[in-house]
Amino acid sequence: MEPGQYETRALTGWGRTAPTVATVATPTDPDQVIAAVAAAGPRGVIARGLGRSYGDPAQNAGGLVLDMTRLNRIHSIDAHTGLVVLDAGVSLDQLMRAALPFGLWVPVLPGTRQVTIGGAIGSDIHGKNHHSAGSFGNHVRSLELLTADGQVRSLTPDGPESELFWATVGGMGLTGVIIQATVALQHTESAYFISDTDRTADLDETLAVFTDGSDDTYDYSMAWFDSINTDGRLGRAVFSRGSLAKLDELPKKYRGNPLRFDAPQLLTLPDVFPNGLANKLTFRLLGEAWYRKAPKKSRGQVMNLTAFYHPLDMFGEWNRAYGSNGFLQYQFILPFDAEAALRSIVRQMAESGHVSFLNVLKRMGEGNQAALSFPRPGWTITVDFPIKAGLLEFCTRLDEQVLAAGGRLYLAKESRTDPDTFRRMYPRLDEWRKVRQSVDPDGLFTSDQSRRLGL
Amino acid sequence: MINAVGSPQSLLLLGGTSEIGLAIAENYASQAGSGSLAVTLAARPSERLDAAAERLRAAGATVRTLAFDARDLDSHPKVVAEAFADGDVDVTVLAFGLLGDAEQAWQEHAAGVELAQVNFTAPVSLGIALAERLRAQGHGSVIALSSVAGERVRRSNFVYGATKAGFDGFFLGLGEALRPEGINVTVVRPGFVRTKMTEGMKAAPMATTPEKVAEIAVAAVRHRRELVWAPGQWRLVMSVLRHIPRPIFRKLPI
Repeated sequence: MEPGQYETRALTGWGRTAPTVATVATPTDPDQVIAAVAAAGPRGVIARGLGRSYGDPAQNAGGLVLDMTRLNRIHSIDAHTGLVVLDAGVSLDQLMRAALPFGLWVPVLPGTRQVTIGGAIGSDIHGKNHHSAGSFGNHVRSLELLTADGQVRSLTPDGPESELFWATVGGMGLTGVIIQATVALQHTESAYFISDTDRTADLDETLAVFTDGSDDTYDYSMAWFDSINTDGRLGRAVFSRGSLAKLDELPKKYRGNPLRFDAPQLLTLPDVFPNGLANKLTFRLLGEAWYRKAPKKSRGQVMNLTAFYHPLDMFGEWNRAYGSNGFLQYQFILPFDAEAALRSIVRQMAESGHVSFLNVLKRMGEGNQAALSFPRPGWTITVDFPIKAGLLEFCTRLDEQVLAAGGRLYLAKESRTDPDTFRRMYPRLDEWRKVRQSVDPDGLFTSDQSRRLGL
Repeated sequence: MINAVGSPQSLLLLGGTSEIGLAIAENYASQAGSGSLAVTLAARPSERLDAAAERLRAAGATVRTLAFDARDLDSHPKVVAEAFADGDVDVTVLAFGLLGDAEQAWQEHAAGVELAQVNFTAPVSLGIALAERLRAQGHGSVIALSSVAGERVRRSNFVYGATKAGFDGFFLGLGEALRPEGINVTVVRPGFVRTKMTEGMKAAPMATTPEKVAEIAVAAVRHRRELVWAPGQWRLVMSVLRHIPRPIFRKLPI
């Protein structure tokens, strides 16, 4: 589509479920954003980035969706302070490529770099370094927000409109359209990780490794775990933990170009996968291979970004492997004292008949002050289930247990819960609503997710 | 909104006392996790309508009733507007219809016209009003309850069969027209269903129940299918029957 044009088309999230049709505008400058928002009809408007949210937060059935990816200029990078001023449609991939030559690193990276700055703020995304660096909102120094009244407001985390700043962080685009932001990058000497790998035999050992104190010695940490085998192997894990390499930690062959952007991609998956290929048998085999290919224990391995951080980025459009029925990602967090619930849920997953291969367990650090931000101290588990009969009932049972244990779901992943459950998971929802209502009394900014959850 | 696993939050049942329609609503209402399903039952006010509302409330739905007479064509746009007044309608079920007396229907003017109006003209009238609303909201599914009788019209109930053939064709076509707008129309062709409509009739082969038809319809909507048979074997049976030469077809005991 030509920039500035409008197009009517069906949109889904990364899970490829629940398509709805909207008018999509592709603004290339802030004035076009303002004009498009001013002309939005009764079904309202929502900003969309690269569509990596799994469910429906970047869809707006019958309304307007702003594809922000053409608003993608990086205005300035200060190599000394690490501050970068950039448009909301800049992707983390683009930012990383631009910033690395200055020795600057994107401080929060989720499981993909195909995320825009606007999306990163709206979902208050986190990465494998949450326990050491917090979530994306923690690194935003200011942002320009277009609100329903047509004004562009400059917001800072502790300025006069800090309430609106923190309602926008994690606010899923419902307070307005983020036009521009200033983000504090982190200084780095290299783009490589010094990584340790550990393999555990069962869930007990997995939790023990997370809590034996070793986790705090790494900036980045996560574990892939087995959620298919119901015997003693349940919860066995491959830990991948590390920190960015300092120059003197790198072997000689990397020192010539330590800031090289080294993130290879093997292939893009074609859209030919049948439903049902993602099943217990294939996932059991894949899981076994994944587990066995990892060394039982290795120390100080030098790894590039893809190998350490984004193994899935080796395969472009990997969501196609789930077939046309799509899949949903179930990510929840439980406080540290809820280990019993954690164990019980992992067991139920293995016994449910719903299979997931991409299972991530991570220990999370302190949250921030945003009312709808997901992270808080505790355990987060992420699993991908192919859509099939009985999945709704199963996820509903999990919701109840997550809620009972004081946990909650992540809006960037959520695609099927109900308004009441969500409200109970986020007790500060009303506080957030009040701020949103003060700047958008008529609910101009609205999405399929906000309609579905009554946000 | 319909969520990632295909469960709706709101449902409009046109023909609010239809047993198949109620079974579909009940099926959706009983699916855990979608919160409380908001159901609008559109029908002529009656004790049966109140009972239907109670039945769905017992299944966990929030129910309101809306006065609706299929024969009053001019009122249809207003009925549809009222149904959408509280917000989006995720699934609409067209479930009203008359079977009538097959012999009376082609020999008595009033009887034949009534059958045609209720079974064909009224659904077209509603379909047009619905399409406008659904296009505006950019999403939604429609379940149109057709019949195997429309696939090849038989001498034994040809007025009914003809109305269903027209109904079937209209909603298949409407589905094509609305497809680019993100709206899904599923035509369901049940065979003999044990309901009050068929009470006292001798059950035909492959007879089924409203609950079974509902299961098939709900699964079809989930997969955004345009056309399903209930039960599925009817597809095979009718594709054979459809091609039987008329002189032979005439002699079949059907």
